[in-house]
This record gives sequence, C-alpha cells and structure tokens, in this order.
Amino acid sequence: MAADISTKATSQSRSFWQDARKRFLRNRLAVFGLIVVTFFIFLALFANLLAPFPYDKADFTKVLLMPFKDPAHPLGTDEVGRDYLSRMIYGARTSLLVSFAVQGIALLIGLPLGALAGYFGGRIDFVMVRLIEVMTAFPSLLFAILIISVVGGGIPMVVLALSITSWIGIARLARAQLLSLREKEYVSAARALGASSSDIIFKHLLPNALTPILIAVSFGIPATIFAEAGLSFLGFGVNDPIASWGKMVGVSNAYVRVYWHLALFPTFAIALIMLGFSFMGDGLRDALDPQQDLS
Amino acid sequence: MARYLLGRLLSLIFVLFVVSIIVFSLMHAVPGGPFDEEKGRLPPAAKANILRKYGLDKPVWQQYINYMSHALRFDFGIPFQQPHTTVAALIRKTWLVTVQVGLLTILVAFGLGILLGMLAAQYQNSWIDNLVTFGSTLGVTVPNFVIAMWFILFFAVARNWLPMGGWGSSGQCLFGNYFCSDWILPVVAYALAPMAIVARYTRASIVDVKRQDYVRTARSKGIPEHQVMSRHIFRNAQIPMVTALGTEIPNLITGSIFIESIFRINGLGKFFVTSTLNRDYPMIMAIFLLIAVLWGITYILTDIAYTFIDPRVRLGARDS
Repeated sequence: MAADISTKATSQSRSFWQDARKRFLRNRLAVFGLIVVTFFIFLALFANLLAPFPYDKADFTKVLLMPFKDPAHPLGTDEVGRDYLSRMIYGARTSLLVSFAVQGIALLIGLPLGALAGYFGGRIDFVMVRLIEVMTAFPSLLFAILIISVVGGGIPMVVLALSITSWIGIARLARAQLLSLREKEYVSAARALGASSSDIIFKHLLPNALTPILIAVSFGIPATIFAEAGLSFLGFGVNDPIASWGKMVGVSNAYVRVYWHLALFPTFAIALIMLGFSFMGDGLRDALDPQQDLS
Repeated sequence: MARYLLGRLLSLIFVLFVVSIIVFSLMHAVPGGPFDEEKGRLPPAAKANILRKYGLDKPVWQQYINYMSHALRFDFGIPFQQPHTTVAALIRKTWLVTVQVGLLTILVAFGLGILLGMLAAQYQNSWIDNLVTFGSTLGVTVPNFVIAMWFILFFAVARNWLPMGGWGSSGQCLFGNYFCSDWILPVVAYALAPMAIVARYTRASIVDVKRQDYVRTARSKGIPEHQVMSRHIFRNAQIPMVTALGTEIPNLITGSIFIESIFRINGLGKFFVTSTLNRDYPMIMAIFLLIAVLWGITYILTDIAYTFIDPRVRLGARDS
C-alpha cells in the first residue's frame, strides 16, 4: 500500500524546470521572442559563413548603392562601398558579443560581492550601499561615455565601460535577495547542523536567489544592446571598420535625405532584437515566477 | 521629517563628493591635455603661461581643491572650447533649450500617458486595452533614437511634412522662436517611452484600486460613477504615478543625448557629447555635478510628494 502511493506520487511529479518550460512555451510572445533571439544568435555565430562579403571590404566603384538594384548587394552599399547586408549580419555579432560579455562580467563580479554584502552585512555592506547610492545618482550611460572618452573606443573598452556600470545592478539584487533569504528557517537549520558560511551561501542561498537574478540578466542583455548601440551611435562605441548597428544609424544621419536604406535597416534590426529579448524576458519571468499575481 | 531631510541631504553631499572625485581623477588619469599641440606649435614659454592661467601646472589634488572651492560659489571656471565666456553662462544657455524640450515632453508624456492608461483600465481587456498595452511595450522597448530615425524617415524624408531637425531654427513658429514645427518630432519621439511607462503605471494602479472593497462600497452607496472614478479610484491610483514622475523627471530635464544629437538641438545633452570629445574638464565636471544635484533633489521631492498624496506615509519613521 505504502509502495503503491509512492510510485504514484513519483510518476506524476514534474520538476520546477519542466513546469517552467511548459509555461514558457504556452506564451506565444515569449516563443516569438525566443525565435527572434535564436535567429540573431545564429547570424552572429555564423556571420563569416552567411555574409556574402567581408564586413570591411570596400568597393569604391559601388559607393552608396540603393537596395534591390544590384543582385550582388541586395541591401545596397554604404558610404565607402561596403556590402550593407554583410555589415548587418556582422552587426549582430558585435551587438551580442558585447551584451553577453558585459552581462557575464556583471554576473561574475556582482553576484559574489552582492552575496557577501547581503549575507555578512557590516562593513562590506556599508561600502556596497554607498557604492549603489553613488552609481544610481545619475544615468549610467554618461559614466560609460566618460570612461570611453578616457580609455578610447573599441569592443574591449565598450565592454569595460558598460561592465563597470552594470555589475552594480546585479550586486544590488543579490544583496537584497540574500538579506531576506538568510533569515529563513532552512538557513538556521543548516547553520545548526554545522554548515560553514560558504556552504550556506553557495549551496542554500544562491540557488534560491537564482531565478530573480536570471530574470534580471535576461533584461540586462537588451539594456546592454541598447547601450552599445547608443554609444556607437554617438561615436563613443566600436571603432571602424567593425560593424555596429548603432554606428550605422549614427553615420546614416548625414545621408538620410537620399539614402534612406542606410538608416532603415539597422534601426529595424535594433528594434527587432530588443523586442525579441524583452518578450523572451517577460516570458521567462512569468514562467519562472509562478507565485506572482497574474492579473 | 527634519531628520529624514537631513539624512538625505548628507547623502547627496556624499554623492557629489564621490562623483566629483571620480570625474576629476578620470579626466586627469590619461596622458594628453587640452593644450597638447596637434596643430598649433606653441613656444614652451607660451604653453607654460597658458597652463598657469588655467591652473594646470599645479598637482592634481591642489587643482581639485581649487576647483571645488570655486564650484561651491557657483564659479565653475572657463570652458576650454569657448574661453570668452564662463561655464556657468554656457550651461545656462544650453540648459534653457533642454528644459524647453523636457517640459514639453513631460506635458505630452504625462498628459497622454495618464489618459491612455485610464482608457485601458476603463475598458480592461478590450481592443483599446490591448492596443495600449502593445503600444507601450513598443515604446518602452524600442530605443528613442531608433524611433526618432523612423520619424525622420517618414515625416521628413518620405513625406516632406516636418523639418528634419533644429529647435526653432527651421520652420514656421507660433510665437517668435517658440512652438515651431521643428519642435514636434523631437518632443513626440522623446515622449513615447515615458508615455508608455506612465500609461502602464496608470493602468496597473487603476486596475488594482478598482478591485478594492472601498470602491465597491462607494458604488453600493449609489455614488455616481464619475465621482467614484475621480474621488476613490484616481486619487488612490496616483501613488504609483508619483514614482513614475519621480524617476522620469530628472531624465527629461537633463535632456536626451540621443534626441538632441539626432535632431541637432543645441541643448545640454549634445553639449555634453562635444565637451567629452574635446576633454573640456570644467564643462564635464559642471555637467556631472548639475545632473547629480538634479537627481538628488527630485529624489527628495518625490519622497515629500508621497506624504501629501498618501497621508499614511511618514518620512523618517523607524520602520521604513
């Protein structure tokens, strides 16, 4: 009898992640977001195979071709005769490379520091709170511009500038999570059983704090895509000849009266990738956080 | 309350101190000053003279103290780009334009945003609601320079309806240099994102308040619907809107770098970009301090506004 019940119970059990996947796949916008994001990741990974030309190959005999005129250049060419389709494809690589790198670094720095501050409190926490106070005192984009104006442009420098401003957000979240989680009974129980602080933080607290942090990162990626595009748009981002959608929009501003394609295609790509990531993030949040009020 | 204000003020001073040190040391961290000769070849004596004039020959910490003691008296020095005027005068001139853009944007964003949010909440789950929700998702997600570019492509390039840029310089105006046709695109492009946020906040808080017991009680007492809406629902739904206002206003009055660059508006944001490109230390420093002060003050004002709208809020209470 007892064995009967237990087999029945296990056969029906579903893990948290299975449930979450089910909820995610039922959400049509989230699936649309996932498809868009997968498409851009595919472009970024295989840019060198997919692009008909290298991103920096300039053909001075074919400067500023309009789209759909020359079969070799379906999206036309830019102001120095580079194939626009190829630059669009390589733009996905720049955009995703920067945003994944920045979020990765933010996670690597912010998670442990925020966790330590939240768990131990005291002096680390005091410094952390003051840091958060200073960093939230004005737009982080201005800080990034200032840093880049000092260290120069280029992908590594953009990643550096954006990481400095974005780890604070992760740290703040990890701190707040641990601050509330460390008072739970299971932590007291673990401590009573003699678990060390690092065991409590890494085995008990961080796994429980993971979902909100995961959600924050999934929204951090489009925020970083926007920041990179914005910096490059203003001329503080990646340097020529690396392709960046933001820079393509910025450069197109001077030609837009006639050569509308230079502005239209990259703006469309930026909007699409941002929408894809935020729909996916919304879906993730709804799927991972079943307790929230679904009104 | 007094205790709370004192604490906030101290925190603001601390932030200003740290920000000024960070900016100051960053700007001095790299080799290369504003008077390094690229084109003009100055004799060493002349260069030393210029460096002495701007105080650049002293050690960095002394330059910092010197700068801050003047800054406290609103003397931010002389901009390197335009030596015939002062930083304070230059900021006043450019900020005036930015504030015009910002105030109009706030008006459009909050007026339309609250209206749309109320409509969406009133006709919850109808096509109006879906349209507002979808539109606000677009407005929040798509960067404003992308939307601005689309506006330019459509309204200025494809259809020659509105000017591509400028602020009171190109196009017809209602009064002198004010309310011109070239004001429309920047303000609308800039207003879309805050409008979307305001519409979302308004809708969510009205939908939330509508379900409360006291609203049902008010209806059952026979109070007319418009009075329930204005006195019971809207009044209580204002609280989260103050949060939206508090976070958006400092953004809007310090200007959008993107909107000002793309529409060629000579405001604070565009000026910040040119100052950074030229390494104009006095200008950059003053702009950063100005922004930090504005953000700090609106933060305090938002908190005070809460106490007016929601009498339950007490600033500086032990539990908060």
